[in-house]
Amino acid sequence: MITIEHLSKRFHAGTADEKVAVDDVSLHLEQGEFVTVIGSNGAGKSTLLNCIAGVCEADAGRIILDGTDITGMPEYRRSRWIGRVFQDPHMGTAYDMTIEENLAIAYSKNKPLSLSRGIRRQEREFFRERLAVLGLGLEDRLQDKVGLLSGGQRQALTLLMATIVRPKLLLLDEHTAALDPVTAAKVLQLTTEIVAESKLSTFMVTHNLQDALTAGTRTIMMDRGRIILDLKGPQRESMSVEELIALFAEKSGTKLRTDRMLLQ
Amino acid sequence: MSVAALLGALELGLIYAVMALGVFISFRTLNTPDLTVDGSFVLGAAVAAVLISEGGNPYLAMLAAFAAGLLAGCVTALLNTRLGIQPLLAGILVMLALYSVNLRVMDGRANIPLIDKPSLYRLFSGVLPEGTDTLACAFLVIVLIVFLLYLFLQTRLGFALRATGDNEVMVRACGIDSNKMKLLGLALSNGLVAASGSMIAQYQSYADVGMGLGMVVIGLASVIIGEVVFGTRPLWRRLAAVVLGSVLYRVVIAVALDLGMPATDLKLISAVIVTVALSAGGVRKMLARQAQRLPGK
Repeated sequence: MITIEHLSKRFHAGTADEKVAVDDVSLHLEQGEFVTVIGSNGAGKSTLLNCIAGVCEADAGRIILDGTDITGMPEYRRSRWIGRVFQDPHMGTAYDMTIEENLAIAYSKNKPLSLSRGIRRQEREFFRERLAVLGLGLEDRLQDKVGLLSGGQRQALTLLMATIVRPKLLLLDEHTAALDPVTAAKVLQLTTEIVAESKLSTFMVTHNLQDALTAGTRTIMMDRGRIILDLKGPQRESMSVEELIALFAEKSGTKLRTDRMLLQ
Repeated sequence: MSVAALLGALELGLIYAVMALGVFISFRTLNTPDLTVDGSFVLGAAVAAVLISEGGNPYLAMLAAFAAGLLAGCVTALLNTRLGIQPLLAGILVMLALYSVNLRVMDGRANIPLIDKPSLYRLFSGVLPEGTDTLACAFLVIVLIVFLLYLFLQTRLGFALRATGDNEVMVRACGIDSNKMKLLGLALSNGLVAASGSMIAQYQSYADVGMGLGMVVIGLASVIIGEVVFGTRPLWRRLAAVVLGSVLYRVVIAVALDLGMPATDLKLISAVIVTVALSAGGVRKMLARQAQRLPGK
């Protein structure tokens, strides 16, 4: 589904602050593969996702999504095929607009922006159905402003917006990290359900090693801009969090550390 | 205060409300204060005045003014999105450039009189009693514009425009070019401002190259007064509030003038009104913080 070839990205090139964020990364995802991405802070996980989404431009390498080279394509154009949920629950929605207006914007992803009515009656019914699936009672609050929602509700809504037009690729950048544990678990559960239902190819960056192993079908570990571990199949299924930490230490020569790494 | 003065304030309020709706689009919908307004208002007046003084149709002149305003807004938007100039500075640059452009449009004259020329306010003359026909025209225009704007903001395109001011990241993540939305918003905004300029020129029977000074502040004052007094929800009410805010502003000014305030103090008063309105939130926070701190000490 997506092929990344020798992707590199450095920040502050040519200055004393130069930092290699992504270093010659190559990766291929099959249709329907759900990859969890882990690694220390500054390992390049978010930068990798941002390069795929077009938020930042890669210095070298190619990104091919379903046969189309999207390497130099502007962010908004790639978004037609890529759904995104961000770490910050404020990033994915327009707070001063209603739930249904937000969904309508996401739903018109592949249609030209026209002077046709913003929300049609059948669309409203469709939004209501989809919201009901989230199980948060949002289906009765279509005309509430998103600014009134909690962080978890917003992330669930953003997830729905990112997938309401089936994307070729779903990018989740620590989308549960800003939530309390119970809400985070709920949003993750919704995520796995939605991904499974539509068989979406997905990248999910997470700090939670347990989530990284239980959710998805494949786990990659990044360190200093490189992929140092790529787990799938039986090896991944039998892996415990402790073994994963040990494996990281072995591969990278350092201890796995993040500000919120969960070891429970 | 005389009835005539009140009627005059009402007329001016409705005509300036067209400009205030333009400011509403940039300031509230796109979330950028756009200073192009001071220049595009005069541009509209100048274009209409030149056309009308040459014998042109006043309605077509207003449309031409609208189109000229669209262009001015596009220039500001492109300076911002293509050349990366901050929105505020882009607006100032275009405002400054427009001063020269406006003088060129007016063929080097600082003032174009329109006395005894046809005007759009004559639509009902002879039909309605003397003194109310101008008001009726101004009312008709503003109702039409509010109605069209209300419809537009509820289309898919209107949603995208509103979301751009709210959250650009989300807009791009939804496959929409946020730069195009800024172009559209600033164009529409300045188009309305210029249309309002053309209406004022016809109302006062002249266009003057200095008539746009402080226009953006008056627009902001109208938007904010409207929000405070008439509320912001739902959408139709929000738009109506801008119009009512503009009218209220004019009435307050008329009363102040009636009480003997020199007309030359008008700009100072406008600036003070906007300062108070914009700082209200910050002052409230500051007071709340101090109230929290005091008992502890």
